[in-house]
Amino acid sequence: MESWPIYRVMGDESSAPNTVPDALALKIYQDMVLLRTFDEKALNLQRQGRVGTFPPSLGQEATEIASAHALSKKDWMAPSYRDHGALYVHGVPFENVILFAMGRAGSLAGDVRALPSSIPISTHLPHAVGLAMAARMQGEEAIAIAYFGDGGTSEGDFHEALNFAGVFKAPVIFLCQNNGWAISIPVSRQTASATLAQKAEAYGIWGVRVDGNDALAVYQVVKEARERALAGQGPTLIEALTYRLGPHTTADDPTRYRDAEEVVSWRGDRDPIVRLGTYLHQKGILLPADLEKVRETAQAWVNQAVEAAEAMPPVKPVEMFEHVYAAMPPRLVQQLQEFEGGGR
Amino acid sequence: MAEQNMVQALNTALHEIFAQDSRVLLMGEDVGKNGGVFRVSEGLYDKFGGERVMDTPLAESGIIGTAIGLAVGGMRPIAEVQFMGFLYPGLDQLFSHAGRLRARSLGQVTVPLTLRMPYGGGIRAPEQHADSAEAYLTHTPGLKVVVPSTPYDAKGLLYAAIEDPDPVIFLEPIRCYRLGRMEVPEGRYTVPIGKARVAREGTDLTLIAWGAMVNLAEKVADEFQSAGVSIEILDLRTLAPLDKEAIGHSVAKTGRAVILHEAPRTGGMAGEITALIMETAFWHLKAPVARVTGFDVPYPAYAWEDFYMPSAARVSRVITETLKD
Repeated sequence: MESWPIYRVMGDESSAPNTVPDALALKIYQDMVLLRTFDEKALNLQRQGRVGTFPPSLGQEATEIASAHALSKKDWMAPSYRDHGALYVHGVPFENVILFAMGRAGSLAGDVRALPSSIPISTHLPHAVGLAMAARMQGEEAIAIAYFGDGGTSEGDFHEALNFAGVFKAPVIFLCQNNGWAISIPVSRQTASATLAQKAEAYGIWGVRVDGNDALAVYQVVKEARERALAGQGPTLIEALTYRLGPHTTADDPTRYRDAEEVVSWRGDRDPIVRLGTYLHQKGILLPADLEKVRETAQAWVNQAVEAAEAMPPVKPVEMFEHVYAAMPPRLVQQLQEFEGGGR
Repeated sequence: MAEQNMVQALNTALHEIFAQDSRVLLMGEDVGKNGGVFRVSEGLYDKFGGERVMDTPLAESGIIGTAIGLAVGGMRPIAEVQFMGFLYPGLDQLFSHAGRLRARSLGQVTVPLTLRMPYGGGIRAPEQHADSAEAYLTHTPGLKVVVPSTPYDAKGLLYAAIEDPDPVIFLEPIRCYRLGRMEVPEGRYTVPIGKARVAREGTDLTLIAWGAMVNLAEKVADEFQSAGVSIEILDLRTLAPLDKEAIGHSVAKTGRAVILHEAPRTGGMAGEITALIMETAFWHLKAPVARVTGFDVPYPAYAWEDFYMPSAARVSRVITETLKD
C-alpha cells in the first residue's frame, strides 16, 4: 500500500537514516544472538524433557530486542507468551524465563515493570492502556507497551484497547509482530485489510509499518512512538513485519501448513541477525573475529542461566495457595490443611 | 446521622472516598455527567472532574481490562458495568486476569480493583437487565464477591471493597436501591468482607439469603412469626469467600435450613451452601436442607417475571415443608 510505506533503515530500500549509536547497535546485536542461542537451547531442553512446551521467537529477534531497548525501565511492559526476549531486555533474568518454561509461574523478578506473559490472545492490550493512564495520572515519565501478534488483531480486546487508547489519548504503544502465522492460520485469514497498521486510522491513533527484521528501524520507530506518547500525542500501533522461522511452539509441526520454500526465503539475507551483523561489519563496528566471541559468550551465558534455573529448589504446595489473595481466606486454609493431611 | 436509601448511601460513600484518596477513580458508561443510570455517582463528576470520573466507550471488556491496568499501575479504580446482564464480554478479563494475576506473578502483580454492578430482577426491566450471575464469579478463584442488602452495609462494604488489596465484585441489588431508608453514619466505616449478618435471630429454622431476597425473607419470617414460628435470617453479604462459620453456627442452632436465591437453581450458590451445611452442621439437622430459587430458564421477559422470582408463597411452602420433619 502506497499510503502505508514500510519504515526501513538498513539495506537498499532504506527510508530513514540510522540514528542508533554504534555501541547500542552492538548491544542490540549481542542480545539478539543471546535470544537466538537461548531459543535453540530451550528447544533442545524441551526435546530432552527438561522444559515443557516452549514458544521460540526464532526470526523475530530484531523486533523483540530492539523494541525493548527503546524503552525506559520505568515503562510498563505487557507481553504475550513469545516475548521473553523483550522481557529480558526490560530486566527479567533468563533464569526466570526458563522457570516459566519449566511450568513454574512467575516469569518476573524484582521490580521489573512487566505483567506476567499473557496467554489468552490480546486480553492484555486493555491492561497496557490502563497502565499507561496510571503512569500519566501519577505524573510519571513512563509509557506502556503491549506485545502481540497478527492473530491478536482479530480479537475483540484489540479493538476495545485501541479504541480506549484513542479516546483517552493514553501514552501506550501497541507493538504487533506480524510474523505471518497464527499457528497454522496465515495473516490473510485474520483480516481483509491490506495492512494491519492501517487499522490505527479507524481509532484515530498513529499507525506505522516497520521492517520488523531491521533492528535499527524497529528501535527508531518505537523510540519515536514513545516520545510522541510522552509528549501527549497519544498511542501508536506499530506493525512490525517479521517472520516466525520456527514452530508456534514445540508442540507444533509447521510442515503441515506452510511450504519449506517460504521459510527458506526468510533465512540468510533476510534473517534479522544476519542483517544487523552484516551492517555492523560493513560499518566496522563488529569484526568477523568478534562474531565468534559474541556467540561463545551467549552460549556460556545461556548455559549458566539453565544451570541456575535447574538448581532452584522444587516448588512447594503452599505456594499454590498463598498467592491467590493477599490473605488466605478460611476456605483456602482448610484446603491447604486438607492437602497436607491435617483437616477435612 | 441521616436516613438514607441505598443509592444515597453509596453516593455518600463515593463522595467521601474520592475526597480522601486521590488514587480512587470511577469509570464506566454514563457514570460521569449523567451520574449513573441509577444516580449512584450523582455529583461526582462535577466535584472531582472527568479525569477521575470517566465516561468510557461502551465496552465491558475494555472497561474491566483498562481498570485492571490502572489497578496494577497504582490507582484504585472502581469500574462499573451498567447491568450484570452486560457483564459477559468482560468475564474473560475477570477469569483470565483479575482473578489470577496475583497467583501467576507469585504475589508481585496485584489488582486492587472494585467492580460495581446493579444486578437482579423484580423491577420490570427490559430483557437481559435482570440477571443474577453471581455463581460464575464465586466459582472463580481470586475474586471476592459482596452483595449488600441494606444502605448501612452498602456503604461499609464499599469502603471495604475499595480498601481491599484484591479484586472485589460489588453487586448492587437493583430492587434494594430505593427500597427503604435507615440511619447511615457519616464518614468512614467498613463492613468486613467474608462476614455474614444475622438479620433476625430465630430458633426454628435458618433462612439464608442475600441481596433483594433478604427483604423477601423478612416478609416471610414476619408471617411465620405471627404463627409462632421463629425464623433466623442470615444475610450472607459476602458470597466469596462464604462465611462458613456463620452458616454452620446458625444451622447447628436451628437444625433446619432453607436457602433462597433469584439465580437459576442448577449450579447456583444454594448447592455450595448446602454442601457447607453438610460439612458443618449435618448432625444437627432435623430436616433436609431445602432451596427456593429462580428456575433453570433464561431470566424471562417481565410479563413472566413474577412466575420466575421466588415469591413469599413459594418460600412459605418450602419452609412449611421443612418444618414438618
